[in-house]
Amino acid sequence: MTASLTVAERRIGLLISILLALMGLVMAAAAGHGVMSLHGFMALALGLGLAFILGGSLYEAEAPADRLSRYYDAPTRFGISMTLIWAMIGMAVGVWVAALLYWPEGTPAWPATSFGRLRPVHTTGIIFGFGGNALIATSFHVLQRTSRARLADSVSPWAVLIGYNLFCVWAVTGYMLGSTQSKEYAEAEWYADIWLVVIWVTYFVLYLRTLARRNEPHIYVANWYYLAFILVVAMLHIVNNLALPVQWTSAESFPIWAGVQDAMVQWWYGHNAVAFFLTSGFLGMLYYFLPVRSGRPIWSYRLSIVSFWGIVFFYIWVGSHHLHYTALPFWAQTLGMTFSIMLLVPSWASAGNAIATLNGAWHKVRDDATLRFMFVAAVFYGLSTFEGSFLAIRPVNSLSHYTDWTVGHVHSGTLGWVAMIVFGAIYTIVPQLSGKTDMASATAVEWHFWLAVSGTLIYVISMWNAGITQGLMWRAYEENGALSYSFVESVEAMAPYYLLRTIGGGLFLAGAVICAWNCRVTMRRAVGHATDRPLVAQPAE
Amino acid sequence: MSNTTDPKELPGADPKTGERAIDPVSGYDTTGHDWGGITELNTAFPKIVIWALIVTHVYAVIAWILLPAWPTGNSYTPGLLGLDQGEQAIEGYQNLTDNRQNWMSRFESAEFDALQSDDALMALAMPAASRLFADNCAACHGTNGEGGPGFPALTDNAWLWSGDPEEIALTLHHGINTEDPDTRYAEMPAFDWMDRSERASLAQFVADLPDGSVDFESPAGILFTENCSSCHGEAGEGGLEIGAPSLTDTSVIYGQDVDTVMATLKQGRMGVMPAWSGRLSDAEINLLTVYVARLGDDAGDPQ
Repeated sequence: MTASLTVAERRIGLLISILLALMGLVMAAAAGHGVMSLHGFMALALGLGLAFILGGSLYEAEAPADRLSRYYDAPTRFGISMTLIWAMIGMAVGVWVAALLYWPEGTPAWPATSFGRLRPVHTTGIIFGFGGNALIATSFHVLQRTSRARLADSVSPWAVLIGYNLFCVWAVTGYMLGSTQSKEYAEAEWYADIWLVVIWVTYFVLYLRTLARRNEPHIYVANWYYLAFILVVAMLHIVNNLALPVQWTSAESFPIWAGVQDAMVQWWYGHNAVAFFLTSGFLGMLYYFLPVRSGRPIWSYRLSIVSFWGIVFFYIWVGSHHLHYTALPFWAQTLGMTFSIMLLVPSWASAGNAIATLNGAWHKVRDDATLRFMFVAAVFYGLSTFEGSFLAIRPVNSLSHYTDWTVGHVHSGTLGWVAMIVFGAIYTIVPQLSGKTDMASATAVEWHFWLAVSGTLIYVISMWNAGITQGLMWRAYEENGALSYSFVESVEAMAPYYLLRTIGGGLFLAGAVICAWNCRVTMRRAVGHATDRPLVAQPAE
Repeated sequence: MSNTTDPKELPGADPKTGERAIDPVSGYDTTGHDWGGITELNTAFPKIVIWALIVTHVYAVIAWILLPAWPTGNSYTPGLLGLDQGEQAIEGYQNLTDNRQNWMSRFESAEFDALQSDDALMALAMPAASRLFADNCAACHGTNGEGGPGFPALTDNAWLWSGDPEEIALTLHHGINTEDPDTRYAEMPAFDWMDRSERASLAQFVADLPDGSVDFESPAGILFTENCSSCHGEAGEGGLEIGAPSLTDTSVIYGQDVDTVMATLKQGRMGVMPAWSGRLSDAEINLLTVYVARLGDDAGDPQ
C-alpha cells in the first residue's frame, strides 16, 4: 500500500488513520461496555495500526514518478484478497449452519454460535464481505480500463476498501454478540450504518471523479451498472436503516418504520439488495469480463442499453412480491407480481446478450475454465431470473412461500450466478495484475470449476425438492378436512435434502479454498504490473 | 479526449464513408465504440424480445384490470373480479371447517365414553388428532407422547392428575401453574433449609423407593414420612388430587436417580403446562383429550 502512495498522500492517510483511531476511542469510551465499546476498540486498533504503517513510511522512498502513466491496481489486489478471505469465512459459516439444520444437536453451548446468530454472519459475510469486496475491487479495475484513465486519487480507494471491511467486521461480530436490528440483510446497528454511508459516499464521489476524467467519448455499459449499484444501494440503505438510537452511547435502536410499512420498506430494500447489490454490479462485471475473456464484441449494443434501463426501472417495484398473502394490501401485491413478470424480459435480454456474445468463441468456452465460469454464470442468471418472476406470481407463491424453494432460488442466484461471475473475474484479473498471462495452476481452476458447478447443482436441486415437498405437505388436507401432515413431519422429511445441501455447500466451499490458494500463489509469484496503460498525455522526451 | 459522435471520426470507421468493421462471425458491423479493446455489434433489436415485452406487458395490464392494482389516493382500483384477500382467506378457512364439521361437531360434546365407543368416529378422528397433537403438544411431550426430561410421558398410564378423560380435558383447558384463573396448581417446594446430609439420605431413600427395598422406620424413612408423605402419600404412591407424582412406579418426569432428586430437593420444581382454551376450540380439546386418554390406555395397566 504505502509504496504506491506519495509522501503527501501518506501524510493524508496518516491524518485519516489518526481520526479513525480517535473516533474509535470516543466510541469505546462513550459506550463504556457492550458491543459498541468493542467496536470502538476495533476502530481504535485499526486506526493505530494504519497510523504506524503510514507514519513509519513517511521517510521512505517516494512513489515512482511513472505511476501516473499506469492504472492504480494496488487497491484492486487488496480488494481481491479480502474477497477471497470473506468467501472462505462466509461459505464456511454457511456450510456450518447448513450442517446444524441436519444435526441441530451439534450446536455448541455458546450463545455466539447459535443458529440465529450465525445465519446473518453467513448472509452478511457472503453478500457484503465476499460480494461487496468483489464489486468494489472489480469496479476499480473496470472503471479504469473502460475509461482509459487512472483512479482520480490514491487515498480514497484505500479509505473505501478498508472502511468497508471495517463495516463488515463490525456487522458480523455484532451479530455474534447478539447485536442486531432484525432486518434481513440490514442487521447491522445504527452507527455501523452511518459509517457505511460515509464510506459509500466516498466511493460514489471517487467513481464519478474518475469517470469525469475518462478518455473515451462514451461511458461503457458496465459503468452504468456499477453506478446504478452504488447510487441505488445508498438510497436503499439510508431509507431502510432510518432508526432512532435508544441513546448515543449504546448499540440498540428502534426503526422509525412500524407495522406493514416497516415490512414493505424492508422488502423494498431486501429485494433491491438482490437487484442492485447482487445483480446490477455483477452485470457490470459480466459486461466487462465476458467480452475481454472471450475476445468477442458484445453481441448487441441496443440490447445492453434497453436491458439496463429495463432492469433499473422494473426492479425497484417488485419488492412487495415478498409479502404475498400478508397484511400488505392486495393492490401492492398485484403491482409487485406484475412488475416481476415485466422484469423477466430485460433480465433475459442480458443473459441472452451474454450468451450470444460467446458465438464465435465456443471453443474457448470448452478449453478455458475461466470463460466457462462466466458462461455458467450467464446461464444461472437466466435461470434464476426466470424462477424469480415465476415465484412472484401469487398462486405459485402460495406454494413456495416460507419453504426452502426460496432458499434454493436465492442460492441458484448467489452460487450459480454471482459467485461464478466473481470467480471468472478473479481468474482474469489476478494473473493480469501479477504481470502474468495465467494462474499458477490451470488444473486448480479446472477443479474449482467442477466443484463449484456440482456443488451448486446438488444444493439447488435438493432445495427445490425440499421446498416443493414442504409446500405440498403443508397444504395437504384429507377428505374429512383434517391436515394430512403435522408440521414436524414436514421437518423430518427434510433430513435427506438438508444433508445433500450441506454436501453441495461443502463442495462449493472446497472450490473457493482452492481458488484462494491458487490466487495467493499467483500473487506471490507476481513479476510486475499489469501491462495495459491509461491514455495520458506523454511528456516530451 | 475525443468527444465526437461523427461516425467518420470514430475508431475503426472508414474516414471517408464512416462505415465500420464487420464482425466476421455474426456479419454485423460494430457501433464504433471501443473501450480498451471491447467493442459492440450493431445488432438490430431482436424481434423476439419485442414480442416477449409485449406478452409480459399484456399479462400485467390484464392483471391490473382484473385485480386490485393501482393506488388512487385514499383508495385503489378494485379490479373487475372484486377480490378481497381477507374475504378469500376467511372463505377458504370456512370451507375446510365445513368439511370437518360433520365429524368434528361430535366432539363438541364431552360425553367421552360415547365418543370412544364409536369405532367409526375414532377411525376418522384419531389420525386428525395425531396431527393436532404433533402440532401443539409434541414440542414438549414428544412426537409419540413419550415425554422427556421435565415433561411427563403420556404413553405409560402413570398420571399426575388422573387419566380420566374429564380430568385430562380440565388440564388441557386450564393448564398447570398458568395464569388461567382455573389453572391446576402444584408445587414441589424446595427443601434447601434441610441439612445437606439429611437431604442426601432422603434422596437415596427416594431413589430406592421403586424397587421396594426401603425401611420406613429408618432415619431417612422418618424424614420421608415427616416431609414428603403429606403430598406423595404414606408409601410414596402419589396423589392424583394434588398432582403429586407417584414415587413408587418407574415413570419419572425429572428423574429419580440420587443426583436428580438432590437437585429437586435443593431447588424445588414447578413445571408448567399451558392452558389451551384460548388457542384450541372446545371440540379440538375434546378430540385431544380422547387421543391422550387412548395413548395411556394403549400402554395397559399402571405398573
